[in-house]
Amino acid sequence: MFDLISFIPRAVVQSVPLLLGCTGETISEKSGSLNLGIPGVMYVGAISGVIASFFYEQSCGGQVNPALAIIFPLLACLFGSLLMGLLFCFLTVTLRVNQNVVGLAMTTFGIGFGNFFGGSLIKLTDSEVPSIALSATSHCFSKALPFADDLGWFGKIFLSYGFLTYVAIAIALVTAYILKKTRTGLHIRAIGENPATADAAGINITKYKYLSVCIGCMIAGLGGLYYVMDYASGVWSNDAFGDRGWLAIALVIFTLWRPNIAIFGSLLFAGLYILYLFVPTGGNMAVKELYKMLPYVVTIIVLVVTGMRNKRENQPPEALGLPYFREDR
Amino acid sequence: MDKNKSPLIHITKRSDIPWQRAWLIRLFALVLAFVVCAIVTTLLTGLDPLSVYQSMFDGAFGSERKVWILGKELAILLCVSLGLTPAFKMKFWNLGGEGQVLIGALATAAVMLYLGERLPGPLLMIVMFIGAVGAGAIWAAIPAFFKARWNTNETLFTLMMNYVAIQLVAFFVIVWEVPKGSGKVGVINQTSMAGWLPTIGGQKYLLIILVVAVITVAMHIYLKYSKHGYEISVVGESVNTARYVGIKTGKVIVRTLLVSGAICGLAGWLMVAGSDHTITTTLAGGRGFLGIMVSWLAQFSPFAMIATSFLLTFMARGASEISTAFQLNHSFADIMTGIILFFVIGCEFFIHYKVHFRTKEGKEIVDHV
Repeated sequence: MFDLISFIPRAVVQSVPLLLGCTGETISEKSGSLNLGIPGVMYVGAISGVIASFFYEQSCGGQVNPALAIIFPLLACLFGSLLMGLLFCFLTVTLRVNQNVVGLAMTTFGIGFGNFFGGSLIKLTDSEVPSIALSATSHCFSKALPFADDLGWFGKIFLSYGFLTYVAIAIALVTAYILKKTRTGLHIRAIGENPATADAAGINITKYKYLSVCIGCMIAGLGGLYYVMDYASGVWSNDAFGDRGWLAIALVIFTLWRPNIAIFGSLLFAGLYILYLFVPTGGNMAVKELYKMLPYVVTIIVLVVTGMRNKRENQPPEALGLPYFREDR
Repeated sequence: MDKNKSPLIHITKRSDIPWQRAWLIRLFALVLAFVVCAIVTTLLTGLDPLSVYQSMFDGAFGSERKVWILGKELAILLCVSLGLTPAFKMKFWNLGGEGQVLIGALATAAVMLYLGERLPGPLLMIVMFIGAVGAGAIWAAIPAFFKARWNTNETLFTLMMNYVAIQLVAFFVIVWEVPKGSGKVGVINQTSMAGWLPTIGGQKYLLIILVVAVITVAMHIYLKYSKHGYEISVVGESVNTARYVGIKTGKVIVRTLLVSGAICGLAGWLMVAGSDHTITTTLAGGRGFLGIMVSWLAQFSPFAMIATSFLLTFMARGASEISTAFQLNHSFADIMTGIILFFVIGCEFFIHYKVHFRTKEGKEIVDHV
């Protein structure tokens, strides 16, 4: 039997990192920056949060103040991701280097950075704990609403998650609104479609590009933080985050650059991602591996179909991936 | 305040730069990167920078065996990069190197397992080769076909193909696993050594290096002196120009990606038949992405790619020595590689653009970098 009531909550917790990564990448792509460094940014965001909370838990010896336990990792995560965003902007906007190359270098660097500090933090600080298990902090992050348990299946499906889950949905909705309805959003989209025209209209290209990429990176970094603090219960293990960063980038295309659709898109992707756990395969482990292929195959199909149908509102931003230099013709 | 003040910094595009100066700028960036790397390493390990580079050097060249491993790693990275180059030169963002290498490796392993005992040595080798090259070529040609026909975004298509390949390998690893339940294929044909590349002059890796050397020269000739190479660079510069002069861009895209994927598949063949004799999902080990850096940093010149892939391989080997010596995590190499890449990538700006600073007199002085 397919157990929907245990399937949905598991899909939801899987979907949050994807949703945050996807929202962040959408903002950056709307301004014309294809940031392939998102997987790296998510690692950096996660490890920055882990480092901050590691020091905080060490310093107060188990007696954590819930507010501080959330604020320290959150700020560290945002700061770490912001630095990665600034790096990307400096190289691609100010120095006008190719975005794909910078993005891939950032992914190499970011994943290395995460795994290095994740694997060496204990050694570097000479502390005596056997592994990084931030259970106290994680407890604060994953605390569900108090009345979730009393509401049966409804509570389990809708209310049993940590606060970052709801933050992620809120961010996606707000982003969708800002991009579509506000002047700031219009400026960002104008830059992504045709920077020369936007420049002529008096929009400060550099400012908006920095703004959207950096905010995008900070949102994506939160996805990494959610993964380690909530999903993984505060236990850092190297490479555990896996390819979710790339999946988030795929999700941007899947959702046609709309963060509000991404809420459902991420849920669908997450469902496909964990479907192999729920499909009865009769102990045949090999077939499970084929099921894990599903999200990628679905992305490819969406990519091909949107390309074929060629509807204008479903296309990527016109100037996506291109550097802008005013004096270019 | 003077209203007509010119901006503090003014950037113009350079029309051309002598190649010596371009390489000088790159060298300077590299030196700067090494200094930053040394500072980072010193902060983390507490060693003085010179001894850090000493131990990195030992890690890469410390013994004859280490030199051979360096040579092999360099050759395989170079092979993947060579495969990616024609696609990039055409401005086709082939991020699917990982998948193409893996699928080539998968084909090689399949032939070794199923036909290893049945075919005579030379014939087996040929079948393995064709299987690997063909599989890689097809894997790359699928996104190319959609790009050519419907202008599907190739960056993301090729990226997704990586994961399809990884899961396909994961599937077969479980099907082939020895012993059952271990999740590993183990060394294929350990006793019969069927399908293993022969050792030349007692050196296991010499053949790999020779094969890649041949490909390097061939790729140089292909890109520089063949009609195909010319068409690739025209399509890369401007698709419209290519159309005007009568080049069938769709055909060029698919053909180039067949070549690109074939060479990546060949890299998979070299790894399974030549060095690892087994297959895992992490066989490609990020080379598909690193190869993009190698190719891009060398500005698509096959001979310059020898230098850039040497640099990245040296960093990886050296940094892994440091991490072993100081019991640090092996991802240290990735951090170092990342720092170097940022510097070398960033310096391209100073090669393509000129920076002018405003002076007090309102005259501009040109900053000669």
